[in-house]
Formats: sequence, C-alpha cells, structure tokens
Amino acid sequence: MKTGSNRYDVCVIGAGVCGANIARRLSAYELDVALVDKEADVSFGTSKANSGIVHGGFHHNKKYLKARLELQGMMMFDRLQQELDFPFKRCGIVVAALHEDEMRAIEQLYMQGVDNGVIGIEMCSRERILELEPKLNPDTLGGLWVPGGGIVEPYRFVFALVESARKNGVEIMTGFKVEHAARAGDEWTVRAADGRVVKARYVVNAAGLYADEVSRAFGAEEFEIKPRKGEYYLLDRLTKAKPERVIFPVPTSVSKGMLVIPTVEGTVLIGPTAEAVDDKADLATTREQLEKILSSARAMVPSVSEYDVITSFAGLRPTLEEDFYIEPSAKAPALIQVAGIQSPGLTASPAIGEYVKDLLKKEGLRLSEKPDYDPFVGKRPHVKDLTPFEVDKLAQADPAYANMICRCEKVSEAEIVQAIRAGHTTLDGIKYFTRAQMGRCQGGFCTYKIIKVIMRETGLSWDEITKNGDGSRILKDAL
Amino acid sequence: MKDLVFDSVVIGGGAAGMAAALELDRAGFSCAIVEREEALGGILTQCIHNGFGLIEFNEELSGPEFAERIEERLAGTRITSFTGATVMELDASGDIKTLYCYTGAHGVMRLSARAVVLAMGCRERNRGNIRIPGDRPAGVYTAGLAQRLVNIEGFVPGKDVVIIGSGDIGLIMARRMSWIGCKVHAVVEILPYPSGLTRNIVQCLHDFGIPLYLSHLTTNIVGRERVEGVEITPIENGATRFDKAFTIPCDTVLLSVGLVPENELSKMAGVELNPMTNGPVADSMLMTSVPGVFACGNVLHVHDLVDYVVEEARRAGAHAARWLKGERPKAEARVKAGPNVRYCAPSRVDLHAANKLYMRTLIVKNDATLEVKVNNRVVKSVKKNHIQPSEMIAVELGPKDLEFAVGAPDPVVELSIS
Repeated sequence: MKTGSNRYDVCVIGAGVCGANIARRLSAYELDVALVDKEADVSFGTSKANSGIVHGGFHHNKKYLKARLELQGMMMFDRLQQELDFPFKRCGIVVAALHEDEMRAIEQLYMQGVDNGVIGIEMCSRERILELEPKLNPDTLGGLWVPGGGIVEPYRFVFALVESARKNGVEIMTGFKVEHAARAGDEWTVRAADGRVVKARYVVNAAGLYADEVSRAFGAEEFEIKPRKGEYYLLDRLTKAKPERVIFPVPTSVSKGMLVIPTVEGTVLIGPTAEAVDDKADLATTREQLEKILSSARAMVPSVSEYDVITSFAGLRPTLEEDFYIEPSAKAPALIQVAGIQSPGLTASPAIGEYVKDLLKKEGLRLSEKPDYDPFVGKRPHVKDLTPFEVDKLAQADPAYANMICRCEKVSEAEIVQAIRAGHTTLDGIKYFTRAQMGRCQGGFCTYKIIKVIMRETGLSWDEITKNGDGSRILKDAL
Repeated sequence: MKDLVFDSVVIGGGAAGMAAALELDRAGFSCAIVEREEALGGILTQCIHNGFGLIEFNEELSGPEFAERIEERLAGTRITSFTGATVMELDASGDIKTLYCYTGAHGVMRLSARAVVLAMGCRERNRGNIRIPGDRPAGVYTAGLAQRLVNIEGFVPGKDVVIIGSGDIGLIMARRMSWIGCKVHAVVEILPYPSGLTRNIVQCLHDFGIPLYLSHLTTNIVGRERVEGVEITPIENGATRFDKAFTIPCDTVLLSVGLVPENELSKMAGVELNPMTNGPVADSMLMTSVPGVFACGNVLHVHDLVDYVVEEARRAGAHAARWLKGERPKAEARVKAGPNVRYCAPSRVDLHAANKLYMRTLIVKNDATLEVKVNNRVVKSVKKNHIQPSEMIAVELGPKDLEFAVGAPDPVVELSIS
C-alpha cells in the first residue's frame, strides 16, 4: 500500500459492484489504484438495493455487449466465491408461464438462450416446472428452467471485492464526492467536494447513477442517467412462500418483471417494480407499487402473505440506453466510461472488470503482474452457520463469538467487531456486512448494542453514530 | 463445552421466567433461568414509570422496583440464573430436553432438563410489519428501542416526535419524551379507539396536551437522511380520504403498533401455535402440545399488566412441578372463543380443578355481559362495566361451573361477550 503520495496510476470513481470489480482486477498488477466513492461506505448505491440475481444469460440477444458480458460474468462467480467467500448459490432460475400466449414468449426465450450458449436450459411442461418448483401456482402452464442462474448477496459481494482490492494495495476513499477534474500533462487531478485531491494517469467513471455528472466534471460526453426505481418487499425466513429457485414471470419489453427470490441467507425477496423517477436520491416506497408487488408475486406463488413482510425498500437502476456504455471517452483522454449499467449489471460485473482492464491496456496502461497478488480473503466464521460445538471452540479463543448481539439473524459480537475493523462503521454498513438488524425485529433489539460496540471499537461519540453517513445521525442528544 | 443437568430450565429471566422458576424451586425441583440480557428483569428494567404491582404487591411500583421485588425472592433459593446467555438451539423432542446457550462468559453451555418453561416475552411490531411506505431515513424507531435508549443508555433519539400507534409503550414514551424536553406532536392511531390502557391515555397524553388522531392511517414517512415529517390520512366511514392527507413535521417517528410473542424458540421446540395469539396453544396445565414444554407470560399471549403475567407464570411453574411429579389432568374441556372474543388462553380447562383464563374482546362496550357456556348451556354470566380490546378480562372456572362437561364426549367451554 502506498503512503503519503496522492498520485495513482488509476482512479476508479464509484465503489459499487462495477468499480469494485475493476479495482480488484487492477490490483493484480503493479499499479497504484485508488477507489473513491461519495458515500460513507462502499456499495451504498445501486449495488445495495437490487434483486441479487446471477442471471441465466437468456434474457438478452448476444448482439448486445450486456448480453455477452452477462454470459461471461455468470461463469465467473464460482471461482470468485472460492476466493472471496461471499454468499452465492446457483439455485437455478425458472420462468413461469401462466397463460397460453406466455408459452410462446417462453419459447422465444429458450431459442435465445440456446443461441447464447446457455448450459442446461430447458423448456418445461407444467408437470416438470411444478416438480422443479413446488411453490409455484398450480395453474402454471409450463415454463423455462435455467440451472446455471443463481442468487448472491450483492453488498457482501462488493464488500469482499473491496477487501480483496485493499489487501492487494488499492486505496479506498469514502465520502469522496468528485466535484472537479482537470488534466495537466498526462495526469488527471480529481478534486472532491471536501477538498481532497487524487491525481491519476487514468480514470474509470463507474459512478452509477451519477456517471453523467462525473462525465461532465471531466469535460467528457454529455449524457443523462435516468433513474428507474424498483421497490421490494422482504419476507421473514419463516414464510411458507419460500421457493427453491428464483421465479421470474415472462418478461415485458421494459423489464424482467417482478420476481420471487429465495435469498442466499434464507429470507424471501419479492419485486422489483420498474418506474421512471426524476430524483436520484428518491428511494421512497409507495403504497400503490407495493400493492402491485404483492399481487404479482401471489400470481406466481399463492402462499405469499403480507403478514410475512418484515421490510420494504427501493433501489434505483441507472438507465441510459438499451445497452451498457463501456468505452474510452472520445472527448476526454484516459477516461473510461462505465455507465448505464442496469440489469444484468451485477451478473456482468466480474466480466466488466476484465473488459475495462483490457480497455485500459489498449489505452496504453502497462499491465505487469504482481508476483505477490493474493486473490484470497480469509474466510470468516459466521455463528449462524456453525454448530454449538464449533461456536464453543471459537469462543475459547474469542469469547465474543458466543456473545449474541442479533438474535434474529444470529450474529455474534465478534462478527460486529470484524465489520467495524473492516471499515464499516455506520449502522447500515454493519447491517450489510453482518446481517445484524436485517431480520424480523429490524433492529428493535440489537440497535443499542451495536451502537455501544461501535463507540467502544472506534472511539466515535454518540453524535457521530449514523445510519449511513452524515445527515443520518441516530441520536440527537445525551442526557 | 459446559454440560449441566437440571430438573427444569426456564427460558427468559423477566417477570414471567422468575415467577415460574420460583414455583419449581418451591416444589423441590432444580431449576435454571437462562436470560439473554446482562441482568434479570426483562423489559421491566427499562420501564422506569410507575403503575406496576397494584395487584401483586398492593402498591404502585416502577418497573425496576417490581423486577427487584421478584428478583429478591430468588435469594435463598437453589435457582441458578445465567445472564448474557442466549438459547440458540432447543431440542424438546425427547423426555430429556437439550438447550444450547451461547454466553459471552462461559462459551457454549449445554443444559438438559425434563421440563422447559418458555418465558421469552414478546417483541414489537415494526415499520415493515405494518408496511408504511416512504423514505427510509434515520429516526424511525420502535417505542421500546427509544425507551431503552433514553432510560438505560441515556441517549435522546430525537427532539420532535410523532408516535404511530397508541399502544401502551408509545403512550408511556409520549410522556417520557415530553419530560426530557422533546416535543411530541401527535399520536396517530388507525383504529377509532386507542390501543393502550385508558389510564395511559389520560396520564400520558391528556395531561401533556398531546393530540391523539384516531382513525388516521400513516401513509408516508418523509426525509432522505433523517426523518422530516409524517403524512397521515383520515379514515372516514371505512374509506381512506387521501384528499384530506396532511403532513406533520418531525425528526423522529416512534412505532407502537403492537406486540407479538417471541415464538422462534417455540417453533424450534415444535409446539403448536395459536394463530390468534401467535403464542403456543396451551392446555389446562399451561403445557404446550410438546409434553414437558410449558409457556407463560407474553410469549403465551401478550398481557396488559405484568401483575397478570406473574400470576399466570406462577401457575405455569406450579403446573410444571406437578407434571414432573407425574400429575396429569383427569379430564379437560376445549375452550372456544365465541362471539366478540378474540382469544382465550389457555385453550383447555381441567374439569376437576380451579382454572383461570385470560381473554381479550374484539369490541368496545359499556355494560357488557360475559357469558360462559359449557356444551351450549350457560353456566356463568358476569356483568362488566366496560370492556375494550386493550384490556384483558380474567375468568375463573371451577369444578362446579364445569360439572356439565364431566363425562361428555369432547366437551366445549365457550366464552362470549355481548
């Protein structure tokens, strides 16, 4: 890790799933890399609130870059999981047809999937699809089965990528809101709103919803990222409506539709809606959209019940045009644009890392492999996944492993401390890292305990504890 | 791993757990209490207001005082209390039940016992459960979490407060927040009547001039980073009048929208649950559908007063002791919730013993009549000056009341309100 200097070979703007993959890929080479993000923690934008699907490669024609990157990316997850130990499971995807005319659309998807080279894709009769997914509406007529599709915890994926990048020398800067950029000689000077400066020979604009503003700051292409909101409901892990597979409806021209998703961690996610909004910070849920989700989910899985809802949330897709926009800027030198990465961005992201690395090479960045590159991050034990005997053994070395903080999601004090030591010091950061506060009580029992652990571990005072950064302070006064 | 054997284990060291343990100890059985917090007393420890103990101690106590009075009774008994210990695994399938408790102090402990008493209490429903749409800023807390922050941790979660739901904890917090210099702008209740006790409406809202909006639905929470306001919408004749919605500016929303028994361990034990209470179905010995597993207090059904929790828990502990001695009810009758009754607990009565039942009504009424029918024959009729869903109603039934049921096939006791 470099110290003192603010000069880098590459500055990646945006620590979402794209920026994190790019930075980590670059960390395998003899390069000084900075990964900057405007939020208080990494993965706080689009990457924290999405469906968490590793798509099956059949939704898009391979004439699109996004389809090719999806197909390549989906194959990379197994190895990444071995290296990075994040929650991922190839549970398979079913697309359910509820009407006769939807069966024709299924056939189209099948042909496209076969053409794209999707492994194991099959057309299913009613009997076959109900055997694959017994929670489906018994009126389902048939559908599509794609065994290679899966589910991932998107924020945990980003956290692991960032941890790996940091381990291999990437410098991470949060709260770094790019405001201005100027090029002198062969170097960009990137200035943040708080006055911090990063100098870099190459810059990657992976700023998600704000990629248009970053592009403008560099005097590069003018375009407009339009947010498209997706609202979700999260259901308790004890719900009767938990499927084995990801369930898709037959897609429409604008969206892949509302899904029923068994999350890797055992809860059930239903959604998302798709609604164009004007405001990039508008993460509000609405009564009307949430009603739509319930009825859509129930059409596919009748046992979905509103009584199982533990929370709702919304995410914003950064939409630009039909395809991803991943190219060197034609106006600003040494700037790679990675914009308009909506679905299947998460699936494609590891391939985007490769692709951008190659683009940088073409642009003249010298890539020489780092002999001491270590792709592995240490596996961390999670009490939730261990037997009492295993926990007892861990607790001999560190008693905090048997001190339970979050009982809904079974998170120990040791795991909270690890999250804080990995740099996640907001309540949301700790939630995404550990799952504490994510269960059925939604933090009702554990929030005060977590606040105390943060204060003890970081030395922050009560008025510095936030939900997700400045402005979201939890406490207003002390008695 | 520490391996400990007891006659009985009580899960939860609140008022219910301590009261049940005391009865088991009194009957001569060894007993361990497992409590996940660092101290015994349960939620009472953060309820620093008074109003507890009028029945149990014949005087008005604060929550911590009430807990202390019960805890004092543990001194001199053989009861072992483990605090900071969370039961993570419970196998209740065999004659010997096994519990794995995770503790910061002793690692994982395995406890074995012939009888287990479930006394884990309840938890608060949250924003997701009632599906309030809107932004997701900081500043939205359950009333109980706010109470903990203020009364124990010494932090003020917010200055300008709107309370959603008129449950007792919310009402108590309306007064508490006012006392520490915060402004409580409103209490918003979806129903046409308050959910909390009448005395709390008077003492916590009226005395502080806090407006109570009945028949109002919370339709939006506004604020990107921290709460900035709450939109509420009147309900008139069953219709939500979105045209009459208005926003109350505030920086904090406290939710007091109901309590649910903490039934995770009940489910792990495999006990049958009553969908009306969300707690276990219990027989006349307060035993669940799994032999040797008993339940009492708010994990069985949510109570209005802790005095009743203690009374019920004492019976559960005594029944568990009798069960350990091999006693079983000779004949039971099924208890059925009749017209205008939401639930009765327990779900069975012993035809040859004195029984006490708690029930909740679905209606608000003055001069009501509580009727008990045994196999469709009225055996008891009690006048009630006033009934409302937020207040529990107690019913006592003895062998004389139940004599029609003796010998009848599948006897039924039906409780109704009119």
